[in-house]
Amino acid sequence: MSATVEMSVVSGSEEGLYPIYLDYSATTPVDPRVAAKMIPYISEHFGNPASRSHPYGWTAEKAVENARLEVAKLVGADPREIVWTSGATESNNLAIKGAANFYSEKGKHLITLTTEHKAVIDPMRELERQGFSATYLDPEPNGLLDIAKLKAAIRPDTVLVSVMLVNNEIGVIQDIVAIGNLCRENGIIFHVDAAQATGKVAIDLEQLPVDLMSFCAHKTYGPKGIGALYVRRKPRIRIEAQMHGGGHDRGMRSGTLATHHIVGMGEAFRLAREEMAEENTRIRRLRDKLLNGLQSMEEVYVNGDLEHRVPHNLNISFNYVEGESLIMAVKGIAVSSGSACTSASLEPSYVLRALGRSDELAHSSIRFSIGRFTTEADVDYTINLMKSKIDKLRELSPLWEMFKDGIDLSKVQWAAH
Amino acid sequence: MAYSDKVLDHYENPRNVGTLDKNDPNVGTGMVGAPACGDVMKLMIKVSDDGIIEDAKFKTYGCGSAIASSSLVTEWLKGKTIDQAYAIKNSAIAEELALPPVKIHCSVLAEDAIKAAVADIKAKQAAKEAA
Repeated sequence: MSATVEMSVVSGSEEGLYPIYLDYSATTPVDPRVAAKMIPYISEHFGNPASRSHPYGWTAEKAVENARLEVAKLVGADPREIVWTSGATESNNLAIKGAANFYSEKGKHLITLTTEHKAVIDPMRELERQGFSATYLDPEPNGLLDIAKLKAAIRPDTVLVSVMLVNNEIGVIQDIVAIGNLCRENGIIFHVDAAQATGKVAIDLEQLPVDLMSFCAHKTYGPKGIGALYVRRKPRIRIEAQMHGGGHDRGMRSGTLATHHIVGMGEAFRLAREEMAEENTRIRRLRDKLLNGLQSMEEVYVNGDLEHRVPHNLNISFNYVEGESLIMAVKGIAVSSGSACTSASLEPSYVLRALGRSDELAHSSIRFSIGRFTTEADVDYTINLMKSKIDKLRELSPLWEMFKDGIDLSKVQWAAH
Repeated sequence: MAYSDKVLDHYENPRNVGTLDKNDPNVGTGMVGAPACGDVMKLMIKVSDDGIIEDAKFKTYGCGSAIASSSLVTEWLKGKTIDQAYAIKNSAIAEELALPPVKIHCSVLAEDAIKAAVADIKAKQAAKEAA
């Protein structure tokens, strides 16, 4: 299919302005097939889907409902369970604050993981300011939640548990069936942030014990600025609206629907449903190649479980090399670093820290995320680039030298600054 | 983040990377920073008997600005007396490399590395005189 795709997601050139894109977990390009579907809804079909009195509105409404059906079909939901939002951040806010507020009479305790996205953690923090209490569980060193720990954290007043399906930094897949079943047994609402999961893992909400699930389009080759929240109908889950206005989407989220964006999300999710199996096989092959290539170097560590993980994500720490200098060294590829050294703070990735990774390893991590337009040549180029640059930086690294001299770095008295 | 051309130049072509013999009585070593903070600099200077820095080598674990700061000071140190070296201020390093505010700590670390290396050589000299 790459022949039909006219994209500037470039392959191959280090000298070019744009490096090879290996940051699909940050965002994906809009699939050209998706963009083509969207364009008429910006121009000729501009009607407001809420306009009931003329064909402009009817056409837009039909497109919106068709997209709602496509989103529902990818995840095994009823279209009436899909609420449009501006993206996964809004979906998470609506789910967590909306459910916590609605059920606050029942209890005011919430549970989540320390490795959740900030769009889950920060709404929890906000609820804490409003008088709720929250428990933040550390996952096991492989990134997965130990169900026994969740069981132990549940209190009589626990109303909501939020656990993501696929982690954005390390790509691990949580056992949401086990977590959901435990929530069911205890009468607790279960929210799942699935922003990173659509088109990567099969989701069947008809079977899954999940009450609320967040989605977004732009991680699945749709446009930015559009997302959805699944709100279970049977048994019915209630949420308090966070956005008040014209009563759109059954009053759960007011605001004129962004038809073109919604159409884009629908088409993106339709393509995901049709192509997921084939795409995952191809991406897994590329991931394995990349992993094998990188593991031919010494002192390379995969962050997060490799089995329970989407093939799209490879998060690796290159010991004794600092993350930001590594990012500088690999200008030929666009990747993310677990080192937040570029910001004013020197805190490394909180996700990797929660796995118990040392600061050094957390600082030395790179997240490679592979996607629809990644080629084998891209992977070959990346392996060669990484090898040569890691060698160069380790030649520069006093830590590498000490390691090679057999010095135990954990025993060194550092002059922290 | 955009790096200055000078930072990029030192980062791409670091000067004086390496190690000197730390047991040489004329070699002073300064290692500053911590892996947990994301940067460690090791600076080694070889000082002649009349107190002139003849050679300087570094190894740095850290961001591009940290690498550039340490690479730059190895250039500056050669030919200086240890007292002149001790007087090098981080502000001069930051200015030369046009470091942005969030990277000033890299120049501070380089200054600290010089001071640590000078302190080491002074301690060695004192030990030699005492012996």
